[in-house]
Amino acid sequence: MTDTPYLEQNLTLDEYQAIIKLMGRKPNALELALFGVMWSEHCGYKNSRAELKKFPTKGPQVLQGPGENAGVVDLGDGWALAFKMESHNHPSAIEPYQGAATGVGGIIRDIFAMGARPIASLNSLRFGDLSLPKTRHLLRGVVAGIGGYGNCLGVPTVGGEVFFHPSFNGNPLVNAMSLGLLKSQRLFKGQAAGLGNVVMVVGARTGRDGIKGASFASEELSESDPDKRPNVQVGDPFMEKLLLEATLEILDNDLVVGLQDLGAAGLTSSAAEMASRAGTGLVMDLEKVPLRELGLAPWEIMLSESQERMLLVVEPEKTEAIARIFDKWDLKAAAIGEVTGDGDFVLRLNGEELSRVPAAYLTDKAPVYIRDRKEPAYYQEKKKADLSLVNKYADYGELLTRLLSSPNLGSLAWVYEQYDSMVGLNTVIRPGGDAALLRIPESAKGIAIAVDCDSRKVYLDPYLGAAAAVAEAALNVAVTGARPLAITNCLNFGNPEDPEIYWQFVKATDGLAAAAAALDTPVTGGNVSFYNEWNGAAIFPTPTIGLVGLLENLNDRLTLDFKNQGDLVYLLGETLEELGASEAHYLLSGQDEGPVPSLDLAKVKALCRFLEEAAKRRLLKSAHDVSNGGLAVALTEGAMAGDFGLVLQWTGTVTPGATFFGESQGRAVVSFTPTKEKDFLSLAAQFSLTVTKLGQVGGQDLNLTYNDATLIAPLTQLKKAWAEALTTLAAL
Amino acid sequence: MKAAVIVFPGSNCDQDCVRSFKAVTGQTAALVWHKEANLPNYDLVILPGGFAHGDYLRCGAIARFSPVLAEVKRLADRGSLILGICNGFQILCEARLLPGALLRNHCLKYLCQDVFLRVETSQSPFTSLYKKGQIIRIPISHGEGSYSVSPKELDKLNSEDRIAFRYALADGTVTPLAAPNGSLDGIAGILSRKRNILGLMPHPERLAEIELGGTDGRPLLEAAFSAMGGAA
Repeated sequence: MTDTPYLEQNLTLDEYQAIIKLMGRKPNALELALFGVMWSEHCGYKNSRAELKKFPTKGPQVLQGPGENAGVVDLGDGWALAFKMESHNHPSAIEPYQGAATGVGGIIRDIFAMGARPIASLNSLRFGDLSLPKTRHLLRGVVAGIGGYGNCLGVPTVGGEVFFHPSFNGNPLVNAMSLGLLKSQRLFKGQAAGLGNVVMVVGARTGRDGIKGASFASEELSESDPDKRPNVQVGDPFMEKLLLEATLEILDNDLVVGLQDLGAAGLTSSAAEMASRAGTGLVMDLEKVPLRELGLAPWEIMLSESQERMLLVVEPEKTEAIARIFDKWDLKAAAIGEVTGDGDFVLRLNGEELSRVPAAYLTDKAPVYIRDRKEPAYYQEKKKADLSLVNKYADYGELLTRLLSSPNLGSLAWVYEQYDSMVGLNTVIRPGGDAALLRIPESAKGIAIAVDCDSRKVYLDPYLGAAAAVAEAALNVAVTGARPLAITNCLNFGNPEDPEIYWQFVKATDGLAAAAAALDTPVTGGNVSFYNEWNGAAIFPTPTIGLVGLLENLNDRLTLDFKNQGDLVYLLGETLEELGASEAHYLLSGQDEGPVPSLDLAKVKALCRFLEEAAKRRLLKSAHDVSNGGLAVALTEGAMAGDFGLVLQWTGTVTPGATFFGESQGRAVVSFTPTKEKDFLSLAAQFSLTVTKLGQVGGQDLNLTYNDATLIAPLTQLKKAWAEALTTLAAL
Repeated sequence: MKAAVIVFPGSNCDQDCVRSFKAVTGQTAALVWHKEANLPNYDLVILPGGFAHGDYLRCGAIARFSPVLAEVKRLADRGSLILGICNGFQILCEARLLPGALLRNHCLKYLCQDVFLRVETSQSPFTSLYKKGQIIRIPISHGEGSYSVSPKELDKLNSEDRIAFRYALADGTVTPLAAPNGSLDGIAGILSRKRNILGLMPHPERLAEIELGGTDGRPLLEAAFSAMGGAA
């Protein structure tokens, strides 16, 4: 060993000394390697743990909060929903196809580790400037990788979001979310309980791929990164499909005490976490681990991130039955260790003890850093923007067309048509709506799911932006008629050792916590991804929210498309003079600036509850949340989806630019049969909502008159611009 | 009437086929593992979509060696109905139960979208409840669905009225533009000479319930069911 063995393990001198103090001796090289990955940011959350405690995590709907493989909420009728989101940013930056594919594979394993059958995936993606060849390479690779894995596995990819901005040049974000259904009495945990129980590793063999991926994910990216390609794992969705079916089969036969997927930090993390959660110890004989090639050193076996593996804890008499089931699926199931009572995590090779560390030291004793924080100068500066460009634009119809043909507002069909969104026969609302909607087998209920985050708004105001992401996701789910239940998240930030980045993180988590509490959507888990930087420049902070909601009766569902000529169109929520942080201002100025639109969480909650009630009473024909691009874009989306024009005329006190293109929060566009107007208004009054009558569905054009300003554009022209936006740019 | 859905390692529409068949006909189809070498005389056997053996080597190339395939052939010879959907169609081609091959989509991308099909014949136990020329909307979901066959075999398919479906525009026009995968002659599904085997790339089971957005796939399952003496 060198004098500074900790450096090779990405540990600091302080951390090394803390380890020596804990252990009462110097750790050997293998032990230090275990600490290195377990105390990495990726596994140990040492920079984020303190802040994550702010999140509300409890509620009658929560069956399992943070700390397990995935969160679980109650759906009633004996059903529960497991869901979680995770980032795979760094691997995707280096090797987009495999990085994204294994991201999907990993999060799906987390779901079936809870005993749930995965029923859907979503994703949230960020890419740089689409005019750069590198961005297009990443986009194509990531999308193909997500599809390649999920399609083969037979888990539909039902929704997601994509945002392009130069701050993601070089460091894209790939956040994958997965959901699974389980009977609520069959909730499995990642616990190594029961003295003398056998530890088995099942699925793929262990190879050299992805070694130290967790540490790599805790560093910044730069030009020299092709060298890091060996850190990226390679996925085999066919293997995962076999593993999934075999695992669910052994769970059905009640053969397992605990199980855990092997993800970041491989065997080390899974085994140590299982032991630590159960308060037990664990001994493993490394010569028994099935290897892909000969000659792997013990540390390589322990740190390998080979995909498609699971760790099981089983009663000794059941190992044979398990091996039989795995054999049917042509998979390996090897007994590699035993649960012990001393709390130690022990590794042996051919009987010789190589290392001994108390499991809890690895999982719970990672240092917790309260980092310095400093408000960045840009925070106040950017608020003072001149936002007059939109109002000065001569032709609003043309501006709308330009917006729809920009990558952030154009149709995402090019992306989601590469995903199988229907396999499983549960997808009721396919990609392209506000939220995906799934049916639950043998039940009248539905599950609505949305992922959301406006990275620009978070950058300009981390508190408001993060709160807005929760509010927006809740509204996305509410406009289907569902009640928002709970959230998961992926917190993507730059280097936390930079006080300005840490300030963003603190503010954003404050905002997230406040919104989750106000909207009654507890946080059931999530993931933190720091060090998202490229050549020293940080990404826009992106706390992605994944939100699930419950629709009591699928027949009450609402969709965004206008349904009938002559239906009345109303806007719910208040429109203020808020052009800051808008897509329209960015399109015209190229600047990310201006105050982020204000957010009244109580009003958002009232709007959500109103939509749920209105859906139940079958008052509405359509509902669509107003977000990026503002009212004009929301109206166009409903018009294009239903293939109806709109004739709208209304008045107000804000400028036409802010009315058409401002992004005031907490708004939705609804339509209904004229005879329902009275009922609609009285229900809206009950919820104290601000309503604006806009006009009627009809004609071939988008024909809007606000005060004396007009916005007129043929629907065919808008549709063409929208449909071709991404296809044209991506195909360059 | 007895129906079965074959499960290959990597099949992922097997449960969907059972579920859809049940929703349409009320009958439960049996799931049969690909290693089975003795099958009862099923009246209808469905080879479902998915990625049998991971689609490694070539779609369907490994699955055709599964023990169950000999039984599928035996049942086909005795006149049972064999329905291959998507990966099932690819396997039927590899097993030479149907002519031709499915190549990579011309756009080189996986595609999952609703397409319009023109029903080219109602003279089969699968298409008897459609009208010839009828336009139906059914989804595709595949990366290798571009049908290809020799000119001689294509003539035969045409002259023997064995092309079941062609990709079409919404108005029924068959043009190369309408086939998203670049399929030869717009072919989406074909019949065997005895007309008791149908292979098609689109997924009728995915649009057989109104909740899922359409029911144009329903008559195909209903027709096969009633052709074999099933009554709902």
